[in-house]
Amino acid sequence: MSRSYRTAEGGRIDRSKPLSFTFDDVRYTGFQGDTLASALLANGVKLIARSFKYHRPRGIMSAGPEEPCGMVQLREGARTEPNIRATQVELFDGLVASSQNRWPSVKWDVNSINNLFNRMLPAGFYYKTFMWPKAMWMTYEEVIRHAAGMGRSADQPDPDRYEHMHAYCDVLVAGGGPAGLMAAKSAADSGARVILVDENPELGGYLRGRNQKVGAKSAMDWVASVHVELEAMENVTILSRTTVASYYDHNMLVLNEHTGDHLPTADGWTPRQRNWKVWAKQVVLATGSIERPLVFGNNDVPGVMLTNAIQAYANQYGVTPGRNAVVFTNNDSAYEAVLDMHDAGMRIAAVVDNRTIETAATKPVRERGIPVFHNHVVFNVRGNKHGVKGVEIMALNEAGDHVAGSIIKMDCDVVGMSGGWTPTVHLFSQSRGKLRWMEDITTFVPDVSFQQERSAGACKATWGLNSCLKEGAKAGAEAAKAAGFDTAKPVSSPKSSDDGMGEIRAMWRVPQPPHSHLKRFVDFQDDVAASDVELAIREGYTSIEHTKRYTTLGMGTDQGKTSNVNGLAIVSEELDKPIPEVGHTTFRPPYTAVTMGAITGTERGHHFSPTRRSALHEWHKQAGATFVPAGMWMRPQYYQQPGESMWDAIYRETLNVRTKVGMFDVSPLGKIDIQGPDSAEFLNRCYINGFGKLPVGKCRYGVMLREDGMVFDDGTTSRLSENHFMMTTTTAKAGPVLQHLEYLLDVIWPELNVHVVSVTEEWCGMAVAGPNSRELLARCTDADISNEGLPFMGVAEVDICGVPGRIYRISFSGELAYEVGVSSDWGPHVWSTLMEKGQDLGVAPYGTEAMSIMRIEKGHVVGAELNGRTTADDLGFGGMTSTKKAFIGQRSITKPAFLETDRKQLTGLKSVDGKTKIPRGAQIVADPKGRIPMEQLGEVTANCYSPNLKEFIGLAIVKGARDRKGDRLWAFSPLTKECCEVELCSPHMYDPEGERLRG
Amino acid sequence: MLIKCPWCGDRALQEFSYQGDATVARPPEPADPADANWDDEWYQFVYLRDDPKGWHDEVWHHIQGCRKHFKARRHTVTHVIADTAPMSEELKGGDK
Repeated sequence: MSRSYRTAEGGRIDRSKPLSFTFDDVRYTGFQGDTLASALLANGVKLIARSFKYHRPRGIMSAGPEEPCGMVQLREGARTEPNIRATQVELFDGLVASSQNRWPSVKWDVNSINNLFNRMLPAGFYYKTFMWPKAMWMTYEEVIRHAAGMGRSADQPDPDRYEHMHAYCDVLVAGGGPAGLMAAKSAADSGARVILVDENPELGGYLRGRNQKVGAKSAMDWVASVHVELEAMENVTILSRTTVASYYDHNMLVLNEHTGDHLPTADGWTPRQRNWKVWAKQVVLATGSIERPLVFGNNDVPGVMLTNAIQAYANQYGVTPGRNAVVFTNNDSAYEAVLDMHDAGMRIAAVVDNRTIETAATKPVRERGIPVFHNHVVFNVRGNKHGVKGVEIMALNEAGDHVAGSIIKMDCDVVGMSGGWTPTVHLFSQSRGKLRWMEDITTFVPDVSFQQERSAGACKATWGLNSCLKEGAKAGAEAAKAAGFDTAKPVSSPKSSDDGMGEIRAMWRVPQPPHSHLKRFVDFQDDVAASDVELAIREGYTSIEHTKRYTTLGMGTDQGKTSNVNGLAIVSEELDKPIPEVGHTTFRPPYTAVTMGAITGTERGHHFSPTRRSALHEWHKQAGATFVPAGMWMRPQYYQQPGESMWDAIYRETLNVRTKVGMFDVSPLGKIDIQGPDSAEFLNRCYINGFGKLPVGKCRYGVMLREDGMVFDDGTTSRLSENHFMMTTTTAKAGPVLQHLEYLLDVIWPELNVHVVSVTEEWCGMAVAGPNSRELLARCTDADISNEGLPFMGVAEVDICGVPGRIYRISFSGELAYEVGVSSDWGPHVWSTLMEKGQDLGVAPYGTEAMSIMRIEKGHVVGAELNGRTTADDLGFGGMTSTKKAFIGQRSITKPAFLETDRKQLTGLKSVDGKTKIPRGAQIVADPKGRIPMEQLGEVTANCYSPNLKEFIGLAIVKGARDRKGDRLWAFSPLTKECCEVELCSPHMYDPEGERLRG
Repeated sequence: MLIKCPWCGDRALQEFSYQGDATVARPPEPADPADANWDDEWYQFVYLRDDPKGWHDEVWHHIQGCRKHFKARRHTVTHVIADTAPMSEELKGGDK
């Protein structure tokens, strides 16, 4: 007997294009047009995976996105992905997949022993068993994760590309089935911009798996003709292989387009996936419905499938998932499937229908000689990892709540189950729409819309094809009209048949004979059986949200597409409460899983945030700079010369500034241009110190607070003319300070006539620092920069190196120093001219490390000290704080906590033995050998070796430090265990009187 | 979400930065700065905010656009924005 389950003909696969693939290292062949699931079924592979908790054998259950069992590890190496539904993987040549959640193999799985002890693994088992002792949880968890787990994620960087797209449209149609196609057509005919989204490679929705007619045409021919028509319209965009993953506020939807997943690897210009953000004026949801499993004994054996899935495999892929089927239903829809299965060559051993009355749908099945058992149920499936062997059938008693009579045993190799249909209301519910329970068809349907959307077709429980076509056309026209296309009207649809699922006989748990304890699965992915739900209720988890979390019902990657309704119906029966009162759990985005790659798009690695380079970047590179990222900026850290170590270079640069002249690129400092008649008043309100009377041509160091009194930022602000100021901020706070100023002007003081604008990138800034700096600048400008012409804290607009610029007499290094500002375009010219003219003066560039040493020597604060927890007084700016004016944060600094005497204050540190370095980030303690926990007196914020002072120094924030000068404490790093005895001293360790910078 | 900047029109949420409760006013400066001490009114302004369920008037900053601040009346449960207006104007709509 041939092992192939492929039909001789039929199906929309291309039999001239065989494709080779492997599953668990075995090579198989499928055809173009197959999914991995259909190709595996065609090759007779039934066992796909082991289940999550009990490691029970599982196979393919569905033919779509609802698949809870048939999940695989797809691809290898860097491209490998876990938990991929085989039902949605398009087959390609060379595809590699493997089963997951098994060890050592899916056929011989060690943990399947869990199944033998499954009565010891009920709902909440882990919570109950492994809670004690608490400290052991980490150990337990590791073992549990290994035993449970799913697939493996890749452990290498993802080699594929992903893109983000943004789009606007008048009408977005979710779903390319009959209703969606008609909606798109009606909306598009009115001239509206339409985006039609469909998750499959070809349009048609459920019609792809059926053998129906639209008008006189076969349904799929009709679909193809509509597709051609829509594609020809300029106002229509069709996105196939695209899932509407999420429906967010203000009619914004996120789509996940699988541009390259059907290819062995996406080619050069095609990303693997695109994530779309679409803002739609109106939305039509035509998302169809999903068939519901029935809950009977061993309904998870490989080969127990949704009936429509067997039908779809037969019609669409030319695959019969078995040769001999039993179909178990509680409604009419299975009968059409039975006919198609029979046409495809399958033997139908029996149709088992729990309903008592024969319906019109039964007749054609009976005519083919297929036995139909009414008022009977399949209560048990016999089988193992090789698949279904047969079923056990019994009649129902009169009340329908127990099985009665004798057991009918029947052999078969596949079981179809049809428990009715669940409208796919995920997107509707995500959009905040309210659902309504319909008792007659036992399902939730969309009731009250919240956003600009409407549902059409099976997703609002409209079952017949003819009705779906009409409803879709109407919904499309309504949506277009609501989007402003007044002439929109429904296009006419070809007359089609209108079979529904007839009467349904709800049977949430199929009864079993007395004393049987058969596992009746509700949630196949999470291994939740009816008994687990019953147990949860007995233990008091009576809210559906609690039951869900306790049992994990509906919490898998399938989001409970096949399990939610069955689960809550069982809860309802157990509580003896109607289903609407039990309610339903929340539908959350995304509808199907979206890869992290698609969410990240191109914003990864280097592109995660912009890289900012100063105008002098190329020069630094040529000069051999090592760069360090500072915020988004790349700053030169040091310039290593041949034969030098890193520290050699840093100390050389530092000493060169202190003895000759150095140049440092300060372009990244934030620069804000402030203009307007109220500018001085504005600055006066922003800074703790006075700015109202700052003379034109002068700079002043200023400190800003937040409203809660903590220091926000500092910097130098210069008055260029009566109503024109230039503010500098720290590099890190450039953005926040600008936003703060804008807020104050827009919201707090709209009466002030002031404009602020960031000019950080317009100006190239260079610090020229050291005893020779004046001489160097004098060679490059005719302006008077003598100590009288440009005294300390003066600013002048000058020509320098032949271009206009500004010279500020300010110093961060503590030396005689200037900052030169020119247009960024002129930056490289001015910088290299200064370098050239200063050769004989010993000019050399210095980097952030040398700057950092010099600022520690001088006790200047930076971000490490302006950490949001320090006050102006803590940092030694108490004397600067004005008492004569109001400013931002002023009223907070009088609160008691600000006035305490043992606040942590800025202090200098010196290594007591002169040899031990002060550990970075260390804690300041009284005695490092004392008992732990010990009092933390403060923390080290900066540390270095000072080549000028020739000792190890640092800065720290220490309790009451100002009154403790000369005290000896310990700097101890609990991380590195380094320890250093330190002496507290003034933070101004180098040239404390500031004579050098005023010279 | 789409937010209607009074100057730029409907723009995506990502362009905006939330800047707090528009119903909280900064207490006026006392005539004499020496009186400007820590007090209950100031405490309320710095630390306390309501967390209303329903309509809420807020300040938003079009930080990736025109960089102007404006007011928005947003429903904190549904995210519906009933109205936006320049800081100097009154908000309308919602059921406030």
